[in-house]
Amino acid sequence: MTAPETVRPTRDGPRARPAWRVARLAADRRENARTRTLVLEVPGWPGHLPGQHVDVRLTAEDGYTATRSYSMSAPADGERVEITVQRVPDGEVSPYLTEDLPVGAEIEILGPVGGWFVWRPAPAPTLLIAGGAGIVPIMAMGRAWLGTGDRAQDGAGRDGAARGGAGAMRVIYSLRSPDLLCYRDDLDALAAAGAPVLYAYTRRPAPGGHRPAGRLTREEIVEHGFAADQGPACFVCGPTGFVEAVAAALIDLGHDPARVRTERFGPSGG
Amino acid sequence: MAAERPITDDRHLDGNALAGPLSMLFVPDIATSTGRCGSCGRGDLLARAPLYAQAPGQVLRCRHCGNVVLRLVSAPDMFWLDLPHGSGLAIPHTAPADVSRDVSRGS
Amino acid sequence: MALLSPGFHRRRPEGEADAGDRLPPGQYLTDGFPVLSAGPTPRIIPASWSFTVENENGQKTSWSWQEFMDLPQETPTVDIHCVTRWSKFGTSWQGVSLDTLLENVETDAGYAVFHSHGGYTTNVPLEEITDGKAWIVHTFDGEPLDPEHGGPARGLIPHLYFWKSAKWVQGVRLLDHDDPGFWETAGYHNHGDPWREERYAWA
Repeated sequence: MTAPETVRPTRDGPRARPAWRVARLAADRRENARTRTLVLEVPGWPGHLPGQHVDVRLTAEDGYTATRSYSMSAPADGERVEITVQRVPDGEVSPYLTEDLPVGAEIEILGPVGGWFVWRPAPAPTLLIAGGAGIVPIMAMGRAWLGTGDRAQDGAGRDGAARGGAGAMRVIYSLRSPDLLCYRDDLDALAAAGAPVLYAYTRRPAPGGHRPAGRLTREEIVEHGFAADQGPACFVCGPTGFVEAVAAALIDLGHDPARVRTERFGPSGG
Repeated sequence: MAAERPITDDRHLDGNALAGPLSMLFVPDIATSTGRCGSCGRGDLLARAPLYAQAPGQVLRCRHCGNVVLRLVSAPDMFWLDLPHGSGLAIPHTAPADVSRDVSRGS
Repeated sequence: MALLSPGFHRRRPEGEADAGDRLPPGQYLTDGFPVLSAGPTPRIIPASWSFTVENENGQKTSWSWQEFMDLPQETPTVDIHCVTRWSKFGTSWQGVSLDTLLENVETDAGYAVFHSHGGYTTNVPLEEITDGKAWIVHTFDGEPLDPEHGGPARGLIPHLYFWKSAKWVQGVRLLDHDDPGFWETAGYHNHGDPWREERYAWA
């Protein structure tokens, strides 16, 4: 099967050795009170796969440097790279990126990196599970899935329908409360295109929602996911404890551990 | 012989987080290589192995027995990398054309 | 060619400007207590804990938790300096001086290696842990030492980078030769004096 161009714009692009490059902030979007998407223009960008991340390096006037990893939130699009940054209270890098970096300014990025937590279109179904800011690489995968459908023009719309070269997709998004939601429009677009999205609020439910606030349960994963014998690819991203619990539940439900790919972020953010 | 201590805590990341720094040293897909533990002999994808990154260096451990598979220390001017106690990495080939072009560019 | 980010700077806690010459070169002051760990946190209950000194001839002296607590206790208040560049001023501890633990040990050794639950090791010249320069501590800020900070007991050698202060310590071996430990064999400096910025082996 040939990989569609949305996820691999040039055949060898994503395989090129990463290097530090200058990235200019071309535009931005406010996702919520503490989260900002940065649309970067990166001359010479070789392309990337949905799920990959970049390292961002900032240098202060006194020479102090700080480097942090951020997932890209959109599939490859020429020299455009989108990252989404959530402000970490008392952080050092994230408040600068979410509040201070002006449009037109330049930063340094290294990437793309990570060849494991990446989504490639395949006939088997895909289950995406995000916890909190773990939605960022998950969204890149969802958008790439939408892109495959655009090309195939297959008129998807049925629940969990296959699209273009890609099998069905379902999404579970666990987050604390509705005010921390990111990418509402794109998630709605996913749902409209046949990839249902379950919102699992852990602390405060959405007004008028049917689900009481609480942790994502195993039953919900069963109900909203795919059966193990359908052989889905499962991608889980979020805080370490969340990823540990969800991955353990999936494997317990009979999913092949080799098909459960995880990415955790630890306490080093900021 | 060290006692087996499977890794079950939640203070670690995935080896996938090593992809950035290791890509400066190896092929971009290094995280998809397989690490073999020099202590218990079992293998696992580097991207899936537990990584302790909140330390003076990054320490990748065997999820089965807890022993150290890889250590990476990033200094401003130097990397230290080792695979202690006879641990090893099976690194997949990349297209030779890509590799030779990278070398000639000298980046 | 570093690209500067105007307006970006390191977060400085209150008091750093007044730190003066208490702060070693290349360090910054923190008011938190970062948790650094190269592996899972072992859970050791004091009832099953003991501390062992072994000399270069293999002779061992051990203390159970209760015997250890019955030794003369000291309460050092010291500044600590981590090689990852944070320093913390005025940390207060309670524990037993290495002078006390080595008092009746016969040795001509020149070197010591601390070893810990979980397999961690770190080496120091013996003279760096005698004469009131090092302790095995079990209490921080008046509370039993938290497992994530090395409890039930850890080394405390505040005049060297903090990786020399082994968490979850279970003993010290005295040797007639040097035997570099976990970080000392991974590119970090064998000695680790923060005032001389002895961070890396090749520096």
